[in-house]
Amino acid sequence: MVLIEIRNVTKRFGDFIAVDNVSIEIKAGEFFTILGPSGCGKTTLLRMIAGFDAPDSGQILLEGKDIIDVPPEKRPFHTVFQSYALFPHMTVADNIGFPLKMAGKARHEIMTLVTKALEEVELSQFGNRYPHELSGGQKQRVAFARGLINQPRLLLLDEPLGALDEKLRENMQRELINLQAEAGVTFIYITHAQNEALALSHRIAIMNRGKIEQVDEPARIYNFPMNRFVADFIGKINMLDASVIEVSTFHLKLRVAGLGEITVPAKACIKINDQGVLAVRPEQIRIAPETSEIHSELQFMGKIKGFFYIGDVTTYNIELPNNTWIEALLPNSEPGHAKLFDIGDTVVVSWQEQSAQFLPN
Amino acid sequence: MILTSFRLPGEFGGLAPLYILPDKANTDSGLTIETYQFFFSDFIYVEVFLKSFAVAIFTTIICITLAYPLALLIARSPRKFRNLMIMLVVLPFASNFLIRIYAWMIILGPESALSHIINSTLAFFDIAPVTLLFSPFAVLIAMIYVHLPFMILPLYTNLEKHDPILLDAAQDLGANAWQRFWYVTWPQSLPGIFSGSALVFVPVLGMFAIPDILGGTGDIMIGNLIKDQFLGTRDWPFGATLSIMLTLAVLSITGLFSWFARPAGKFA
Amino acid sequence: MQRRMTTLWIVSILIYAFLYIPLIVVVVFSFNNSKLNAEWVGFTLHWYQTLFHNHEMLLAARNSLIIAISASTLATLLGTMAGLAIHRYKLKVLPILAFTPVAMPEILLGVSLLLFFLQVLNMTLGMFSIIIAHTTFCIGFVAIIVRARLQGMDDLIFEAARDLGATPWQTFYHVTLPLIRPAIIAGALMSFTLSIDDFVITFFTKGVGEPILPIQIYTMIKVAITPEVNAVSTLLMLLTLTLIIVATRFDTSVLRSESK
Repeated sequence: MVLIEIRNVTKRFGDFIAVDNVSIEIKAGEFFTILGPSGCGKTTLLRMIAGFDAPDSGQILLEGKDIIDVPPEKRPFHTVFQSYALFPHMTVADNIGFPLKMAGKARHEIMTLVTKALEEVELSQFGNRYPHELSGGQKQRVAFARGLINQPRLLLLDEPLGALDEKLRENMQRELINLQAEAGVTFIYITHAQNEALALSHRIAIMNRGKIEQVDEPARIYNFPMNRFVADFIGKINMLDASVIEVSTFHLKLRVAGLGEITVPAKACIKINDQGVLAVRPEQIRIAPETSEIHSELQFMGKIKGFFYIGDVTTYNIELPNNTWIEALLPNSEPGHAKLFDIGDTVVVSWQEQSAQFLPN
Repeated sequence: MILTSFRLPGEFGGLAPLYILPDKANTDSGLTIETYQFFFSDFIYVEVFLKSFAVAIFTTIICITLAYPLALLIARSPRKFRNLMIMLVVLPFASNFLIRIYAWMIILGPESALSHIINSTLAFFDIAPVTLLFSPFAVLIAMIYVHLPFMILPLYTNLEKHDPILLDAAQDLGANAWQRFWYVTWPQSLPGIFSGSALVFVPVLGMFAIPDILGGTGDIMIGNLIKDQFLGTRDWPFGATLSIMLTLAVLSITGLFSWFARPAGKFA
Repeated sequence: MQRRMTTLWIVSILIYAFLYIPLIVVVVFSFNNSKLNAEWVGFTLHWYQTLFHNHEMLLAARNSLIIAISASTLATLLGTMAGLAIHRYKLKVLPILAFTPVAMPEILLGVSLLLFFLQVLNMTLGMFSIIIAHTTFCIGFVAIIVRARLQGMDDLIFEAARDLGATPWQTFYHVTLPLIRPAIIAGALMSFTLSIDDFVITFFTKGVGEPILPIQIYTMIKVAITPEVNAVSTLLMLLTLTLIIVATRFDTSVLRSESK
């Protein structure tokens, strides 16, 4: 069931088009993430859904009804801000109870619900504290509790983990998944951190320069990026300039300068002579010593030019016969060794046909 | 309602002299230029203006010299003492302006301990006794006394923001204490000095109460001239002319200071 | 480094002494049993007694209080609205208008108010003109304090309130007002202090009517220096000191809620 539909929404600030003809459907109960670099328009989109800004054109529909003219306080949505936006002059309990108070709920009812909410976020002893007396993670939980207390239809989260440190962020990510599952509230989550988006979401919309590039499940976004921007933005990827020379039902044949003809899986809307890149993820590339036996026809000789030891894995820079460099990622499974190959080693580089793909320009 | 609240100050004060006063000068005297000619024809008035500027310049320079060590000390004190130390600077400044001037009447009075000490010392060297009160000296010292906090506060605000690591870096790179001050602290503090100077210079220039109470008959400043025209001789057009001259002086001084403060401000 | 700090300390203590000795002298001589402010003779409360029997002085004090209370109330009301509007609408021109009276020499403001009252409004100078004059120069201060308070806050909390179901009025009443209350109180106390202490502007807008405290002090200083002036000065200092302490009480609570 579609809860929110964003239909052809555009928002301009002067000459700058912040949100450019965006259309998305978000299902009830979904954890939906809008992912994009800073300045891509994701926060503007969120503010329009919350009701702080009005679109210049287009519609925002809640269960089919246009809500553009509904002020923020009348929309059954709440927002968790990156800065938390807790009221500094109210206690934790008063902060959490604020939406109930505004809704005109009776005092004892507010008390009961707030006590319950405090328990849920494990802040029972902190009800009488003020926001400035809390740690970042605690403030975060107060913001969540406040946003969820009167069961909104939709919770909007604007980079809520942005201000936390690495360790805490990972814990909060787990809590967030549980929180969403328990509350059963639809989440729209805004972030620029791709690993956060991949880990948390049911579906992700990739946004760039005000436009939606791709909407899909995390694994599909990662493995089957629609275009160069998505491929580049999500994770690392090797790209070799290529042109299409043959199109069939299941395959595309590409010509890559200096490497010859390479076959990749077929893709919709690709024609002969299309220009683009052959893309392979570093972890999908296999490298073997020069002496090893030949496995497949899809392989090249390469030279190790450098490596980068991270701990669990080591990244190798390899020069291919056509003088381009690619990156390969190998887990360090042998204890005590930082690398399996040395600079100057000649290696055999290969990948499985289905792990490579063609991305048009 | 909100709009009117804004319009009030504009209409009543602030910019008012710019349009009300020329108008006054026209209707009352018939000739606008006349009062200005009068101003320049009599050297006494020009002299008063120049003297006022001299007092303002001296006050500003002495205030910088006095304020700097104190502001520096407060800025480099432990954080928990800073507010208290600043509070102690502001506190006397909160007492009535007239009382602070009056205090110097007592201290500089002919019967005061200070006068006795100075005059007996002078007598020891066979120099004729001096009168401290009703002198340019009294005016200057009260001017400094009244305006010193205006210099200390902006200077402290500036110095407090300096990153102490820069001094460590300078020391590491071979700068001695004096060099660290001259090449690191001082240039960074210029915006603070300029805003403090504007806050001291401008009110000193327009001051009439201090020369009125502590100065002799020859120690009058622009402010006294203006006051006399409006409340004494009742020559309003001329008073208006003087006010306009003062306004122009103040505006150009403020403009000058903010222009000076700007390039340095980039580094602050 | 250590020696340099010691030098700084010595200079600074001398400057503190320079700031405080004159005021201490005034207070001490207010209890001195001598008509001259020259040397200590003995303790007395005589000057306070004469002060409380000085009808003119009591009247002046009453008038000054009326002016200060009216002016600070008006200035707080208008200044708060000005501060809110300047912040809300990010106004560039209005701050200049509102704050110019603060930045100009007082005498210019005094003169232009005098001309404005007499030439434009054609009114008689008196208590009423003083109240308006004081309100005028206090508005800027209140607006500055209120705006500074608003600037120190995260604007998102006002949106957060709307987002959580508060109407614009509820947002103002439950969020904005409690948050700027310390600034409003500090602004009101400051206006009161400024008004009761103001000499220059009062001097220009007072007319010939009722006695006003600072003017009364001025006349006493000009005519004859008696320890009675010391006594009234001491009392005034006590009043401002109390007000300042109260104001900082509120100010520290401002600081506390702002610091993380």
